[in-house]
Parts: sequence; C-alpha cells; structure tokens
Amino acid sequence: MVDILGGIIEAFQLIVTGDPMLYGIVYRTLFFSGIAVILATLWGTPISMLLGLREFRGKSIVKGLFNTLIGIPTVVLGLFLFLLFSRGGPLGFLGLLYTPGAIILGEAILVTPILVSIMTTAIEAVDPEIMKLAKTLGASESQASIAVLKEAINGVLLSNVASFNRAIAELGVALLVGGNITGLTDVLTTAISRYTARGDLDLAIALGILLMLIVFSINIIIIAARKAKMLLTIGKSPQ
Amino acid sequence: MQTWQKLLIVAALATIIVIAGTLVYFNYLSKRRLIISTTTSLYDTGLLDELEKDYEAKNPSVDINIISAGTGIAIQHAKNGDADLILVHAPAQEKTFLEEGWGVNRKIIAYNFFTIVGQENDPADTQGKTTNEALRNIANYGGNITDQSGTTKIWISRGDNSGTHTKEQSLWKSAGYNYTLISAEPWFGITGSGMGDTLNVANEKLAYTLSDIGTFLKYEKDDITSEVALIDEAESLLNIYSAMAVNQTVAANQTIHEKINFEDAMDFIVYLASTETQQFIENYGKEDYGQSLFFPAVQPLVDDAPQPVVGWIEKAAFIEGSDCPAKYRVGYPDLYD
Repeated sequence: MVDILGGIIEAFQLIVTGDPMLYGIVYRTLFFSGIAVILATLWGTPISMLLGLREFRGKSIVKGLFNTLIGIPTVVLGLFLFLLFSRGGPLGFLGLLYTPGAIILGEAILVTPILVSIMTTAIEAVDPEIMKLAKTLGASESQASIAVLKEAINGVLLSNVASFNRAIAELGVALLVGGNITGLTDVLTTAISRYTARGDLDLAIALGILLMLIVFSINIIIIAARKAKMLLTIGKSPQ
Repeated sequence: MQTWQKLLIVAALATIIVIAGTLVYFNYLSKRRLIISTTTSLYDTGLLDELEKDYEAKNPSVDINIISAGTGIAIQHAKNGDADLILVHAPAQEKTFLEEGWGVNRKIIAYNFFTIVGQENDPADTQGKTTNEALRNIANYGGNITDQSGTTKIWISRGDNSGTHTKEQSLWKSAGYNYTLISAEPWFGITGSGMGDTLNVANEKLAYTLSDIGTFLKYEKDDITSEVALIDEAESLLNIYSAMAVNQTVAANQTIHEKINFEDAMDFIVYLASTETQQFIENYGKEDYGQSLFFPAVQPLVDDAPQPVVGWIEKAAFIEGSDCPAKYRVGYPDLYD
C-alpha cells in the first residue's frame, strides 16, 4: 500500500532542502496567478465601476451573468481556450498554446467573474452620499468615482485575494492550455497530477503541502482583512 | 474621457503586452522550441526526461517541450500543428496518420510488452493462459459475480483512445468480443485517464487491467500497487513505439503547418535511432527494476535478427514492408539504411 507517512516525511525533506525544481514550480504558480489577477483587476475595475455606479438597461442581466460564470468548470474553460489557441483554431496565428502567456490569459479570464462580482458588491455598498458629497466639493465625475473606489478598498482587495485563490488552485486551464511542460508551464496543480500519475508520490505530497500552505495563508489574510475592516467601521461609527 | 474608459484602455494595453511578450519571447529570445507530443507510458517512466536532458546538453540551442497525453491526442496535436514530433504506440493509427499526409519519416524506435495485471490470487484464473483465454475467463468471471450493480469492477479500461486503450480493444476483439458491448457490462470499469491513474483504480477495485510494463514495474517497485503481472511477453502483448515528424507541407493546412519545426524534429528522430541512444534506452531502468523497460528496435530490425520478436514487430508494425514506405519519407535517407 501507499506509504503516506513516509511520503510526507520525504516531502518535508524536499521542502526544507529547497529543492530547486520544487521551488521553480512554486515560483511559476505565483507568477502566473499574480499576473493573471493583475490583468483581471485591470479589466474588472472599469466593468465593476459601470455595474456599481451607473444605471443602464440590462444591468441586472450582466450582473447575473458574471455571478453565474463564477462557477464555470475550469476544465470547460480550458477546453474552450485550447480550441481557440490551437494553431488550427481561430487565434492559432498568435502561437499562444502551451506558453505561459496562455495560462496567464486563461486564468485572468477564469477569475474575472468572481472579481467583478465581489468588486461590484463592494462599490454598491459604499454610501451614495459620498459620490454626491465629492461632487459638491468640486470633484469631477472621475475624481468622484475614484473617491468611491477608495471607500470600497477592502472589497477591492478581497476580490483580488479571492481571485488569486481561484487562479492558484485551478487545474483545468493550466493543464489544457499550458500543457504541463516541465520547467516552462507546469504549476502546482498540474505538477501534482503529473507526479501522482508517475508514482512519485513524495514529490506530489510536497507540492500539495506547498499549495495548501499558500491557500491557507491567503485565507488567513482574508480573515485578517475582514477583522481590520470591522474595527475600522466600529471606529468610524458616530454612536 | 471618463475614468472607466481610461481604465479599459489600460486593461487592453496590458493584455496586448502579455500576448506580445509571449510572442516576442518564443519567436526571438528563447531557444528553438521542439514540441513533442507523447504517450503517457513513455513519459511517466521518466525515460523521455533523461533523453531530453541528454539531447539538450548536446544541442544547447534547442528547448524540448514535452506534452504527455495519449496517442489519440498526440495525433490531434499533429493535425492542428500544435506539435512538431509525435512518439506513439498504435501502429494502425500511425498507418492512417501517414496515409492522410499528416506525418512523415516514421521510425520504429523501441518495443516492450504490455502485461495483464491483477490480484495475486487471480480469481478469474488467467495465469499461464493465452491472452484470448485470459480475457474470456475474466469476462465469464465478471458475468457471474453476484454484485451486478456496477460497484464491483473486474476489469478496468483506460478508455482514453491511447495506444494502450487501442491495444486493449484489439485484444478483446481477438478474444471474440464486441468491445462496445463488453465495455457496457456492469463489471467493466473505464477511467478515461492515464496509465498511473488506471493502475490506481484497478488496485483499489482489486480488478484486472492492461498496463504497459514500464509504468507497472515502477508502481510495483514503489509498492503503490499490490497487483502482479499475470501475463507478459506474448506476441499479442507486443508494444511498439514509433517516432514520426509532423509534415511541414500539408496542402490543406499550409499556413499552419509551415510553422512546424521540422529540422529539429528530424534531428531528434535521428538522435533516437542512433546506436548510442538505443543503448541508453536499453539500459534505462535496468538498475532500478532489474530489467529493461524498453528494448531497442532499430538495430534488430536492420539486421533482421533471428529472435521471434523481430518477426512479430515486422508483422505488427511494418507498413508495406518497412518502418516507413518511401512515399512517406522526406529527406534523411540515412535513417532507413
């Protein structure tokens, strides 16, 4: 049978000795997910500002769409992007398939719905009086929007953290458009699947431990941020 | 201009930077990329990793990128122009592949034997039988177990169109079964995934399965599976690995296929067929497992060596009397001397 304890011990040895291959995978995972979240934030912020601050026809439909897309199975998105990026596909001329760029774009698309949904809710939760007040004080439309965004900063950060969490833990997109190429496009999740299939269980366990450490740290940050926000609100409360 | 419009422009620019950065890097800054799509069995044994290291050390301007999938997707990769070279083990599919013009310069590189594995107590009585008898015994045993709810599995299939799966289908056919019908039986399990995962499931379900020897020996040695090899080294279980370069001049797909890295693909095939690499392949795994995981095929075929296995390979994997008939060759005559 599988020697789980032995695997865990060997895994810790690999982690402690700083196995370069192991940390290469960690570095790539953080890098791809990080850039993906930055990209998604750049797309997501203007969309969330429109959804949170303006009224237009079909707004609830658009919001509903983003909410629904949060749950898109990563492997379905991965398949779709694979067909799109394949040299024989519509975007094949870009030659993106099996490159880090493809993973970054794919993960950015994957996390956009969750990012937009959280950010929109945060913007909507800001007191509308702030916008009015800013304008009364002579702020332009743009300056007033930015004032609202600043008020919603906790929500904005939360949307980023949640997106990063989703990107780092997903398998389907990275596997199908990245190809799990050793040293180039393998990330924690895809490498775990590879080393499990190969029977290199100590490596798979070590990578699993690192992935969990990263995800747990992120969740601790979320909890801490929420607490800080609560304290801030209590401090501000006029009563 | 409003804030959100400015932000959208920034977002568009950032997206373009990511795409352009990737393109510039892979077209101008990185080494020449050679994308190899391969079967999981070659990849999961670690042999290709070693060959990659060795080749890259000798050819520092080439970066080998290995995509590990089944034979089915490897062929799809070649058709889409997503791979430059494929390493597969399904002679019938390879023949079609050459006939349809997707690949050229096929070379039989190595062989080994599939093995039917199962629990040591061998409830269906397969040990020492021919593959046909063994499969019939398994099917009869499966049909007679009391639990026909689909929970108890007696046979686990890859079900992923890989070379191993193709082999399994032909074995069932040769034993006198219609694969579509037999695979719908409640005792017949399908994983749809790689060899390692399938071995894990077979082990878990105490079921029989067909495995390539490399993956199985590794799992056996690392005690990941408690199953044992029940039948091996029969003509019907021969497993033949070939390399094929993806055709650079596919009329229907001209613009896509002209980007294929044909030169490096062919250089790698020549490397695989070289005496030195063939020796390396034979030695791979000997120390760890006490036996070769793969046997070199190039020299025995050239010599038309007297061992029965040479005749088996010629029978199973030759196309019109050779690795690759002249009409499917593009240059590199030395490869076929």
